[in-house]
Amino acid sequence: MTTPLQVTARLRDPVTADDHIRGPADAAVTIVEYGDFQCQFCGAAYPNLHELLRQRADTVRLVYRYFPIANVHPYAERAAETAEAAAVRGRFWEMHDWLYEHQDQLDPVHLSLGVEQVGLPPDELNAEVENRTHADRVRRDFVGGIRSGVNGTPTLFVNGVRHDGGYDLPDLLTAADAAANA
Amino acid sequence: MSDPNGLIQPGRTAPDFTLPATPDGALTGPQQFRGRPVVLAFYPADWSPVCGDQMSLYQSAAPVFAQYQAVVLGVSVDSIWSHRAFAESRGIEFPLLADFEPKGEVSRRYGAYQPQQGEAARALVVLDPTGTVTWSHLSPPDVNPGADGIFDALDQLAADRKVMAG
Repeated sequence: MTTPLQVTARLRDPVTADDHIRGPADAAVTIVEYGDFQCQFCGAAYPNLHELLRQRADTVRLVYRYFPIANVHPYAERAAETAEAAAVRGRFWEMHDWLYEHQDQLDPVHLSLGVEQVGLPPDELNAEVENRTHADRVRRDFVGGIRSGVNGTPTLFVNGVRHDGGYDLPDLLTAADAAANA
Repeated sequence: MSDPNGLIQPGRTAPDFTLPATPDGALTGPQQFRGRPVVLAFYPADWSPVCGDQMSLYQSAAPVFAQYQAVVLGVSVDSIWSHRAFAESRGIEFPLLADFEPKGEVSRRYGAYQPQQGEAARALVVLDPTGTVTWSHLSPPDVNPGADGIFDALDQLAADRKVMAG
């Protein structure tokens, strides 16, 4: 009836102004990360991505998209929706960094403290999370990721092509430099 | 049909089968879900180390599968007891079928078996609502194929049905 479709691993949802972007707008290399705040592998990649952005400040920018695997990580959706609540207040990256730096403290009580540390009103954000105000946005990222071939977390796309290598700093530098010189 | 290169191809009628499923051990098979698309996800083994667990991914994508009214059935040679523990640890709610006795029999019939390893291959087979294979994909055992190919196939199915109805 139909011929087998190719399983491609290319980013299908282009980066837009709605995305959470860190780094220069005219960067030669855009890395899109699909991540889960409770995933230890994302936690391990976090400082390396941070260092990559520092060492390649003129050439690399990072886009973060939510990919909570809720059945394995009970706090992942809550963390993602909290980050989005911070995002609508212009504080996405501060919240993002706090979440990755406190991966063992994502339960609701500690998360509220984190929100406070980031300088946001915990009660307000908590109410938005309870009402699932930002659930659609998180789900949109997730579904877009699935359609692009995200098969676990973290999954990175370097200039639109899925990065199937490692997440150590040398791996990331090599991938970014290759994309910059392509 | 024991060669993984012989994975069942589109256009073929999917072989009927039932296997015990976790968590209750009831017999389950694709024919039980006629009228809906069925995704058979053959995988080597519970707990097998693939970066980013494939069955967890499908569980987390459950709302997307639901939009297509599609049913996902995982199949490996593990026993229902292994499946039960694995499903509990990952919060997996869709059936995991035990192709345990005779070992790998169903996987072989779909051309999704690795005789040397004694495990199912990592293979995806999408059946249309009448039980005909509409898409299949064989992945290297250590590569999680994700779900994008499945959803493309389900999109294609939905489009074909619309044309037929029109």
